[in-house]
Amino acid sequence: MLWETIRLAVQAIFRNALRSFLTVLGIVIGVGAVIAMVTVGQGSTEQVTADVEKLGTNMLMVMPGQDAMEGGPVGTAVPLFSIRMNDLLEEQLGVIDVSAPLSMGRARAVFGNENRRTDIVGTDNRYFTAAQWQVAQGRLFDITELQSGKPVCVIGETVRDDLFGNATPIGEEIRIRTLSCEVIGLLKSKGASTFGSDQDDFVIMPIRTFQRRIAGNTDVSLFIVSVRDGVDTERATTDIEAVMRDIRRIGRDEEDDFTVMDMKQLASMLSGITGILTGLLSAVAAVSLLVGGIGIMNIMLVSVTERTREIGIRLAIGAQARQVLLQFLVEAIILSLFGGLIGIIVGLGMGLLGANLLAIPFRPDPQIVLMAFGFSAAVGVIFGFFPARRAARLNPIDALRRE
Amino acid sequence: MAEGAETSDALIRLRGISRLYGTGEAQVKALDAIDLDIRRGEFVAIMGPSGSGKSTAMNVIGCLDVPTSGTYHFNGVEVAHLTQDQRALLRRHYLGFIFQGYNLLPRTSALHNVELPLIYKGHGRAERHAAATEALAKVGLDHRAHHDPSELSGGQQQRVAIARALAGNPQVILADEPTGNLDTKLSGEIMDVLQKLNADEGLTIVMVTHEADMAAFAQRLIWMVDGRIERDTPTSKAA
Repeated sequence: MLWETIRLAVQAIFRNALRSFLTVLGIVIGVGAVIAMVTVGQGSTEQVTADVEKLGTNMLMVMPGQDAMEGGPVGTAVPLFSIRMNDLLEEQLGVIDVSAPLSMGRARAVFGNENRRTDIVGTDNRYFTAAQWQVAQGRLFDITELQSGKPVCVIGETVRDDLFGNATPIGEEIRIRTLSCEVIGLLKSKGASTFGSDQDDFVIMPIRTFQRRIAGNTDVSLFIVSVRDGVDTERATTDIEAVMRDIRRIGRDEEDDFTVMDMKQLASMLSGITGILTGLLSAVAAVSLLVGGIGIMNIMLVSVTERTREIGIRLAIGAQARQVLLQFLVEAIILSLFGGLIGIIVGLGMGLLGANLLAIPFRPDPQIVLMAFGFSAAVGVIFGFFPARRAARLNPIDALRRE
Repeated sequence: MAEGAETSDALIRLRGISRLYGTGEAQVKALDAIDLDIRRGEFVAIMGPSGSGKSTAMNVIGCLDVPTSGTYHFNGVEVAHLTQDQRALLRRHYLGFIFQGYNLLPRTSALHNVELPLIYKGHGRAERHAAATEALAKVGLDHRAHHDPSELSGGQQQRVAIARALAGNPQVILADEPTGNLDTKLSGEIMDVLQKLNADEGLTIVMVTHEADMAAFAQRLIWMVDGRIERDTPTSKAA
């Protein structure tokens, strides 16, 4: 009997194929959107995590000023960092592997007819250790170059690509502002980060060279700190804060004039944002499921009216009210399951497309797929019940008389 | 099913059946305390002017409608006040319906139409197919089994409807103006089919009609006026 009911429902649905398809479009869009959203969301979360691994999970950043993430207090003159502070920090902290001073600016790097606006970074070899950079060609700085601030530089893959194409850049001279600078090394590419930035787009030179020839001062923008293996970054953060307060002679009642940022925290914050966004967009998609459900209810009501006579015949022949109810309910459920199924296929397709476009891994979640399927069945039950009950409550005599 | 001598021969026994519509001033007595016995194997025609209550009587006998008062014994069992679902079961197992407008399911083959009551009886696919084919053969339409109603003439559609009524193997066939939409020749054919079923299979047939020449096919004619049975006479066909 149930099998007959299902067969009957499928027949009724295909009898009005176009109308059925338009009816379930709302469900298709709703389910498709949820699945695409969650698939892309999970892919990007995974990408963020992978990026943080690449950055180094035990990496911390120390910056002058408070609330560096929000731009810092404007107007208050915060004393900047210096190379000496970095060396003191490294010296006084056991938990630190290395601490590298970093100064940064933006400028155009020129080679022959080619040029590229890029990040100019002044630092020393400790940075390559802390941020886990590896040399692809050439070498890193030597001690004389670092101490006397010689015009040499190590470049990232993006800069190499723009200025030299596939040719080897080692030994060539590039010009940055008025500085003519010999390329001594090329770093292995890390690719784009989820934060959107190209990590290979920079020119690195000894910090003294940068200060003297590019910036014209002795300021240090930030320290990149690499924590020893096995040391908790939270503990390291507290330790760094204590030492930095000491170094910068901050009184007991005064607030920090620097910020320690844990890359792990940053990552979890970012995946948190991704999660919130996914949730919000899914909520919007769920509204479309609701609209889809109303569409199904509407068309089922039309169908009950159209088939009043059929219902009358069935009742006269000996169908019980609940059998008529079941027939229309099953029809609504199958209709919305069809929608759900198409939606799942569309959603996975969109997810795959999105993952390719955003260069993130494609991570379909079977749980969400099952949930979407269950949800569309539920939509069928909820929105199919009212029209089905209306059909079941028809009086056979009236129903048969209806034209 | 027999419950003593008194009721043993009456398949359908109505006693004091009334059916009222509306209330107060506007109250209409569609049926006014009707007594009626119909024996197994009878072919009964109910006639009367419009509004005489013949259709209401048919609906009550067919358990589609519930009388306001009175008793209705079907096969010796009181059925006047069964629940909706119980009446559905009674119709499913004991009654077959034929309507003026055929009432076949559109875009559904003759065979599937005839199978419909068997689906509700819970018969398997093969069993349904065999029974429906047999029923179609009885009305001479087995060669049209796979045609949709829209591809059949009015007379053929009504024969499919008769086959559908037969398929459930009922004890009574209730026919409401079965020839109302057909011309004289086709009407004759339908009546021949009904008469043959009555004669050969011993089927009890109750038919409402407003055409005297159709009523003449029955063995007994009941004439209704104003919700009452005015005459109840055997026809020339009576055995």
